[in-house]
Amino acid sequence: MDPIKTLRARTVVLPVSDVDTDQIIPARFLTTTTRSGLGAHLFADWRYGSDGEPKADFVLNRPEAKGCTILVAGNNFGCGSSREHAPWALADYGFRAVVSTQIADIFRNNSLKNGLLPVIVDPAAHGWLMEHPGAQITLELETSTLTLPTGQAVRFPLEPFARYCLMNGVDELGFLLGREQQIRAFEERRPAGPPA
Amino acid sequence: MLRERGLPVRRPQLTFATMDHSTPTRTEQVFGGAPITIEAAARQVRELEVNCADFGVELLGLRHARRGIVHIIGPELGLTQPGKTVVCGDSHTSTHGALGALAFGIGTTEVGHVLATQCLLQRKPRTLAINVSGRLAAGVTAKDLILAIIGRIGVAGGTGHVIEYRGETIAALDMDERMTVCNMSIEAGARAGMIAPDETTYAYLAGRPRAPRGEAWEMALEEWRGLATDAGARFDRQTDIDASALEPMVTYGTNPGMVIPVSGTIPQRPGDAAFAKSLAYMGFEPGRPVAEQPVDVVFVGSCTNGRLSDLRAAAALLRGRKVAPGVQMLVVPGSQEVKREAEAEGLHRVFLEAGAQWRESGCSMCLGMNGDLVAKGQYAVSTSNRNFEGRQGVGARTLLASPLTAAASAVRGRLTDPRELM
Ligand code: SF4
Repeated sequence: MDPIKTLRARTVVLPVSDVDTDQIIPARFLTTTTRSGLGAHLFADWRYGSDGEPKADFVLNRPEAKGCTILVAGNNFGCGSSREHAPWALADYGFRAVVSTQIADIFRNNSLKNGLLPVIVDPAAHGWLMEHPGAQITLELETSTLTLPTGQAVRFPLEPFARYCLMNGVDELGFLLGREQQIRAFEERRPAGPPA
Repeated sequence: MLRERGLPVRRPQLTFATMDHSTPTRTEQVFGGAPITIEAAARQVRELEVNCADFGVELLGLRHARRGIVHIIGPELGLTQPGKTVVCGDSHTSTHGALGALAFGIGTTEVGHVLATQCLLQRKPRTLAINVSGRLAAGVTAKDLILAIIGRIGVAGGTGHVIEYRGETIAALDMDERMTVCNMSIEAGARAGMIAPDETTYAYLAGRPRAPRGEAWEMALEEWRGLATDAGARFDRQTDIDASALEPMVTYGTNPGMVIPVSGTIPQRPGDAAFAKSLAYMGFEPGRPVAEQPVDVVFVGSCTNGRLSDLRAAAALLRGRKVAPGVQMLVVPGSQEVKREAEAEGLHRVFLEAGAQWRESGCSMCLGMNGDLVAKGQYAVSTSNRNFEGRQGVGARTLLASPLTAAASAVRGRLTDPRELM
């Protein structure tokens, strides 16, 4: 994973609350066992008409959304199914961060493992962002702050370990494998056999 | 991930695989020579077979007699036990918390971490106690209870929390009902929901194929008896629910928190664009009663309501009655074992005589990955757990309800309070 320290980009605003992972990537695209190319199906049922043509009025299809890599969504993003295809599709499409007032636990975990930054902000900052699509904002990992173009900075929660992994491009599996001794010691202390 | 890094599965004996999401439910495709119609699904099935063989993981394959939806067979086989940590790459892993296990869904990358190291990096979640008192009225089920809870705390109400369901009402539920409740914890945003193990739990587990036996059973029992939350324990949050006031519930929108009694009217929320969009998708207007809505499809099944007692409830209402003309009803047992037990009781005949379809086990129309789909614009009363836009098919309109409400609605061809037919 590439290290992320600062992210400076423009936003695209999706004014929908409780966006579930079935909307982010519908189940019919889950039979794929590879992750690349999923961006084409991101928000498929909102983005394309029944004829398969892009709907001109969907936010991602508007010309001004081009090059915007931070998604600002309504309250509570990523609920529902645990499909990691959701952050895969967002990242494959080109998004680097998602901003909302609340982000579902499993989606948030999955995002952190795929270099997609889940950013939870207070309702005031969120309200400002919702009203200013295309705003250029800065996400600073070191300080866990989101800076609005007005200069106002708000903090977002990011636990130290996740920050460390993101900033240093550390992959968690490598970290766990490096704890072999502790894992073995635990297994010897607690020899849980097979459940039969 | 494991292959790329040349890693084995660390604890294959503690790892278990089945197939459910994309498997066919038509008997000829499962047991006959007919091919699985969806090529990508067929490929997934084959890949899982190869991977399990290569890594030494036990798999209950497509034709295995104990195959089923992972959240049905885990408890059914006795694999899920109190005090265990159970993870699976599926959000309804919360179901297993009904046995007093800490059980939660994880993503694909995390599944890789567990396979390689038997470890997961976690933050301690906050705790939410949901205290339920009062008796559920006749015709009001565990499904109605959990829908009412989600309606109360909202679809993000449990985010960051693990829920413990407590109180006399919960203690009086049988295991199937407890699983229905814990199953939908994730629909309230909570990754896990649990119920303290008690005599009901132990009686359920005793004698199951993978439950401990003999001396090991006695030792396990002793350990399990110490697991319940201490009296006077403090929770980060608490909510109280009076179950005696509940009625059969149904969802009217595009998330499980949009829920009202079957006797209720669609709420108004002027100025709320997201709410209006949701109602437009459903084809509903505010202020209108939801009952009597004509339905096209009725689905009884899923990890929420695909257990034997769910099928019994649906069959009790259907016995001697017919599915209304024009309504397609699909009954899909949650596991092959549930199917066998139901057939031993003759439930399948009740369904078939009523004009419903009786299928092999799997997730089926809960998410339509295997081709069991609801057509665009059609209304489906479904005993599953998600009414998201397009969940059961592009443009499909899902009304989540209990097996009783589903069966009653199949008979009338309209959304019906089951108590009218009881
Ligand atoms: S029945 Fe539905 S909710 Fe349950 S595991 Fe299958 S797809 Fe998921």
